[in-house]
Amino acid sequence: MLLVPLVGAVACYFVSANAARMIALITTLIELVLGVVLWVNFDIGGAQWQFMERADLFAGFRYALGIDGIALMLIMLTVFLMPICIGASWNSINKRVGEYMAAFLLMELLMVGVFAAQDLFLFYIFFEAGLIPMYLIIGIWGGDNRIYAAYKFFLYTLIGSVLMLIAMFWMVREAGTTDIPTLMNYDFPADAQKLLWLAFFASFAVKMPMWPVHTWLPDAHVQAPTAGSVILAGVLLKMGGYGFIRFSIPMLPEASVYFAWLVFAMSMIAVVVTSLIALVQSDMKKLIAYSSVAHMAIVTAALFAFNVQGFEGAMMVMLGHGLVSGALFLCVGVIYDRLHTREIARYGGIAINMPKYATFFLLFTMASIGLPGTSNFIGEFLGLAGIYQASSWVAFVCTTGIILGAAYMLYLYRRVAFGEQKNEDAAAMPDMDAREWIMMIALAAGTLWMGIYPESFLAPMRTDIEWLDQRLEAVAPAGDAHLAMPSAEEQAAAAAAAEHHDAGEGAH
Amino acid sequence: MTDFSHSLALIVAEEVLTVVGLVLLLASAWLGDKASRGISIVAVAALVACAFLAAPTLAGGLMGPDRLAFGGQYIGDAFSAFAKILIYVSAAVTLIFAPNFLNRFVVNGQGAMRAEFPVLVLFAVVGMNLMVSAGDFMTLYIGLELNSLSAYVLAAFLRTDERSAEAGLKYFVLGALASGIILFGMSLTYGFAGSTDFMAVRGAMAGELATGAIFGLVFVLAGLAFKISAVPFHMWTPDVYEGAPTPVTTFFATAPKVAALALTMRVALGAFGGAVDAWQQIVIFVALASIIVGALGAIGQSNIKRLLAFSSINNIGFLLIGLAAATEQGAAAMLVYLFIYVFMSIAGFAVILMLRDVDGNPVEAIADLAGLSSVRPAMAWALLAVMFSLAGIPPLFGFYGKFVVFQAAVDADMIALAAIGIAASVIGAFYYIKVVKIAFFDEPSGRIVPETGPISHKIVLLVACLIISPLGYLLGPWLGGLTEKAAASLFLIG
Repeated sequence: MLLVPLVGAVACYFVSANAARMIALITTLIELVLGVVLWVNFDIGGAQWQFMERADLFAGFRYALGIDGIALMLIMLTVFLMPICIGASWNSINKRVGEYMAAFLLMELLMVGVFAAQDLFLFYIFFEAGLIPMYLIIGIWGGDNRIYAAYKFFLYTLIGSVLMLIAMFWMVREAGTTDIPTLMNYDFPADAQKLLWLAFFASFAVKMPMWPVHTWLPDAHVQAPTAGSVILAGVLLKMGGYGFIRFSIPMLPEASVYFAWLVFAMSMIAVVVTSLIALVQSDMKKLIAYSSVAHMAIVTAALFAFNVQGFEGAMMVMLGHGLVSGALFLCVGVIYDRLHTREIARYGGIAINMPKYATFFLLFTMASIGLPGTSNFIGEFLGLAGIYQASSWVAFVCTTGIILGAAYMLYLYRRVAFGEQKNEDAAAMPDMDAREWIMMIALAAGTLWMGIYPESFLAPMRTDIEWLDQRLEAVAPAGDAHLAMPSAEEQAAAAAAAEHHDAGEGAH
Repeated sequence: MTDFSHSLALIVAEEVLTVVGLVLLLASAWLGDKASRGISIVAVAALVACAFLAAPTLAGGLMGPDRLAFGGQYIGDAFSAFAKILIYVSAAVTLIFAPNFLNRFVVNGQGAMRAEFPVLVLFAVVGMNLMVSAGDFMTLYIGLELNSLSAYVLAAFLRTDERSAEAGLKYFVLGALASGIILFGMSLTYGFAGSTDFMAVRGAMAGELATGAIFGLVFVLAGLAFKISAVPFHMWTPDVYEGAPTPVTTFFATAPKVAALALTMRVALGAFGGAVDAWQQIVIFVALASIIVGALGAIGQSNIKRLLAFSSINNIGFLLIGLAAATEQGAAAMLVYLFIYVFMSIAGFAVILMLRDVDGNPVEAIADLAGLSSVRPAMAWALLAVMFSLAGIPPLFGFYGKFVVFQAAVDADMIALAAIGIAASVIGAFYYIKVVKIAFFDEPSGRIVPETGPISHKIVLLVACLIISPLGYLLGPWLGGLTEKAAASLFLIG
């Protein structure tokens, strides 16, 4: 599965533009088929780790792959989005096509590798190596301000992850193994956990991205080519969430509980602040980028609620957001290819001349808001239910984010699709062609499937999430109590105030 | 008498190189510069032969009293063999690069490549061999001076070029100062330890040190820091790198760095191995200062050779983190890093040497690299590999060097040092990706012509690039085994 994109990438580099497009498409489709085969053969409820491959490379390094349900789902997301990415850049990329396709296939290799790695350092290599192709994708094929965006992307993510490497060294020395499943069951001393947790957090928070280190994301998204944005939003952001669920929480449970307030605080600020920022954007891609930050904040808050609903919700939001934000970037890409601008004000009333496009755009807008029947609804509902169990205030603030989400997405849709056709060139745009149709239908089908029958996605992950919940059982109640404390006090205070009030009234 | 013949057998590589060097010197005096090509070939052959002589010592992990020559003044152990092989490779590559570059400059109606060039390189190699095998401060000093004097001449080899002459003079004046500092430190150490033999010094300098002995130690280390161009003794590096002819710069960036660093390891862990507490703080400071100054200094550079000079200062900082750990694992990690660093440098300079402008002159300004990927894609990808490798981004092999060094530091409980060092490496990443940006994202400058370089350069570049590419990890087990043996021999208390 890792070999196919590598071969494809090498081949792409040496052939002409059209051949490179075909090779890339075929390679990604083969990957998709392999992914489906993997899914079908995945034994739900069976062993926690399946499809293990191991080869000793040398001391300190091991080539070890294997997946559990969580990794399986994220790999599926990756292989599903890749052919769409290739399709999205079919016509819009005209210079250095071979290199472009090669970079994308390498990205696919690395992303699958990240989710399948069973060795700590192998994970780090895949995690970091993704920087190089992405830097080139943004820098060579990006928009006008691409160089600034590429720098920012590269340096931000690099500084986050190097500290993680030091933490990894320490963990390996302490535990004496680089095997991820073993480490997930290893109990590190509680005070050391805090430092390790912060080092991991630095990396995953940047990747996620969490407020206030999210600022690289809007720049990178806006400047990247359409397919680059899809991959960034669809898969790369999920690496942060995957990191939390694979490393921070199971390996460092006590520190995770200890720092849960920090994650909650950052998530709450992120949900509200970035939603408000999204409201005033005039650039479509930037708006969607900020909405990604808001959605990811719900993921982090749900993860650190430490209960089954929270974990399931976080995973479903990640998968759903991968599809929906990818689809939204694709929607922007479709009209960007026609008019070459992302200014919202330059469009308007395109529902008149592009009715089919408007339908899909509406579907994905609704999915992003989290309407029942779409993928995000399931995730957000489960996630918020999980958060509510941990802290009602956090749940309250996060729900505000969903209302604001509805506001900015609907506002965006109104300005783009409805209203008068102010601009003649926008009014003259043709509707979608067959290539765009296929991509949209695939994404729409995925979104609706997840919304209507989420069981097929939840089932493979269930045992893993239950395991995670059990792993945290020893420490989680303490965290809950700690978090519930303020609200309990407030309740007590409120009750006391009410009594006092009653007493006061009685005195009258 | 058997002792003497045993000693002579141990130093056979130095004997071969000295004799070949002297014979070639005579040949060049009689045959003149016409023979420079033949002399280069013989010199490269001698280097390759010596590399094969050193290989069994390394592979067998030979160490112990059997490998001492001349009463412990010379140590022919696996550690020295590892360093020597790297030195031979660097010197051979320099000789391969030199004729093509130097012959573009015309001096007195003929190319600047003269028959003395390979001879000087050979003598420098003999000096470096003595440095890495030194078991006594006298051997150390003789090797250091033999190497340095050859290097001063090499730096000024392009006689008609003012920059080259300036580089040679600057190198000489500052190098002489550093030699003086070392000599002063050695005399103080001798005064307090009563011997110049490393093992005797080690015995005498254990435990609480007298102030004078600490002075001696600091002066010796300061002088060595100059030779490896560690901050704060790095000022000569950018000027010398820029001024010296590019093949000579390649040489300076590789062989003498290996030799001086191996020597520093030998002195710090051997002679002063009993007084780790006395020098550990110094090394930590020098390491961090080198990383930070190397990274910040490089940002403003417009000449690629100066940039690589700061990059080498930066890399020396990472290497010294391995030394600061003062463990066998740290020493092995340094050797791995050195190996990778040598090939990264060779690949980087090979790219620079192969870039020419319309008139066939070498291109050195970073701005002229703009759009390299559309003019000479292969060169651009090689440059990309070098830059990302120097920045330590996986999956390139440069990452592995940093990986082992930082792992050694963390395992030696120096987590703060490792964390600061690795965070500072991000500053360095900035200018490395700047070079990639200029080569890949910018519009072509039109200065570089799509001319292909000589086949020998291409082969060297290809081999070096393969080593720094992810394929390099296949060398990992082999490299790990060799460096462990070499480090073990260094830590053997004779």
